[in-house]
Amino acid sequence: MAYSNKVIDHYNNPRNVGSLDKNDPEVGTGIVGAPECGDVMKLQLKVNNGVIEDAKFKTFGCGSAIASSSLATEMIKGKTLDEAIQIKNTDIVNELNLPPVKIHCSVLAEDAIKAAIADYKKKNGLA
Amino acid sequence: MLKFPIFMDNHSTTPVDPRVLEAMLPYFTEKFGNAASRNHAFGWEAEKAVDQAREQIAHLIHCDPKEIIFTSGATESDNLALKGVAEMYREKGNHIITVVTEHKAVLDTCKRLEKMGYETTYLPVKADGMVDLDALKAAITDKTILISIMMANNEIGVIQPVAEIGKIAKERGVIFHCDATQGVGKIPVDVQAMGIDLMSFSAHKIYGPKGIGALYVRKKNPRVRIAPMMDGGGHERGMRSGTLNVPGIVGFGKACELCGKEMVEESARLTRLREKLKEGILKGLDEVYLNGHPTQRLPGNLNMSFAYVEGESLLMGLKEIALSSGSACTTATLEPSYVLRSLGVGSDLAHSSLRFGLGRFNTEEEVDYAIQRVVETVRRLREMSPLYEMAKEGIDLKSVQWTQH
Repeated sequence: MAYSNKVIDHYNNPRNVGSLDKNDPEVGTGIVGAPECGDVMKLQLKVNNGVIEDAKFKTFGCGSAIASSSLATEMIKGKTLDEAIQIKNTDIVNELNLPPVKIHCSVLAEDAIKAAIADYKKKNGLA
Repeated sequence: MLKFPIFMDNHSTTPVDPRVLEAMLPYFTEKFGNAASRNHAFGWEAEKAVDQAREQIAHLIHCDPKEIIFTSGATESDNLALKGVAEMYREKGNHIITVVTEHKAVLDTCKRLEKMGYETTYLPVKADGMVDLDALKAAITDKTILISIMMANNEIGVIQPVAEIGKIAKERGVIFHCDATQGVGKIPVDVQAMGIDLMSFSAHKIYGPKGIGALYVRKKNPRVRIAPMMDGGGHERGMRSGTLNVPGIVGFGKACELCGKEMVEESARLTRLREKLKEGILKGLDEVYLNGHPTQRLPGNLNMSFAYVEGESLLMGLKEIALSSGSACTTATLEPSYVLRSLGVGSDLAHSSLRFGLGRFNTEEEVDYAIQRVVETVRRLREMSPLYEMAKEGIDLKSVQWTQH
């Protein structure tokens, strides 16, 4: 299986690896997946005036999973919560040229975005 | 002087030894006769080469040359052994005993036989990968016609107590088939001393060409009979019709001869390199687990799990070294290695495994390089891993409620 150049790029130069303070009220944290499945993504976002000003991720998973979550953090930065929640896994598939067998990685990344947004909303009484 | 990519996946296949290739070449363009052509020199020459290869192979496993049947590979040999015995001994019984860690060539064949009315017992293995001999004894019934247990496992390298299994089979009058694809040529094999009645093995695992294998079929004490799966011209004593792959057979013979001559030295060298690789990795990293028995294993095999890091992403980071992993992401079915799962290894650690297969052409320099790169890559991926972060915070990962997708 040959990886697409974009996946390799995200793997070698991942964007936004790290952690935000999960106790910060402006931070939403989403953790999705399960170790038994070989895929766990943690995605965090920091909101300022309704706009996502920073995002970080950590992933236990294959190269495509790492790339999907890395790309997800790039995609949500600068968007409002309503805009970010519109992001579909197909956007990620197309950008990374993911083969069929790796589509589930993009689905998990979409879930991670939504989970982080849901967490932020819950913390701020917006759910 | 390192050459990239480095090949450390010798359990999947091996390069053809240049000496084997040299032996094979004349049989493509000069001595190209069909070994079954009885009436001219081209045929006689080919037949002579095949006979010589049979001798070389028989010498390595301590059998009579007449007991070697050539096939297209170990998968075909496994199919022939299981289906051939099942059909031939149907009147005697319909029960087969095998082990959960067998190669798919055996397991899938058993599944097919089950659809045809046979019953299979799949024995579990202990945490170190070894079969429990008491469980084997208890599983044998008066309907048991075959025991099929591999000599050495392709994923975890574990070597089964074959001689003891042969003894049990003999005592109970059950035919014993051994898939010895990973064992022949690497460790001493003696079908007489080990009580083996049928044995599958192949050339491309021992520095021979792909597309050629053999099935050893015992002729005496007892005489084992198998129904053929390939009908046609009656080749190989009627057990496997089809024109013989003469160049492949010549290569196979030469490969076996070389293995016999070099085994003692080579296995000592590979064991030393493997231990160096293992120690080097264990020294540089914590939470690394060895899969399978620590010493009852093939000289060149090392299978380890690296907690909190997934196997395919590891392979991606080690792309200049050819290895394999038990991770689901590396298979088409997205299932983690069933062999590792049979050891009781949790799915998360099965996803985190790497298999190293050192072989004849690996050097100490390559091993040193691999140690450094593995340690580096695992460290980098652990920095990116939410599981490592949680573990360092003291969270017990087993207690977490994961949101499965």
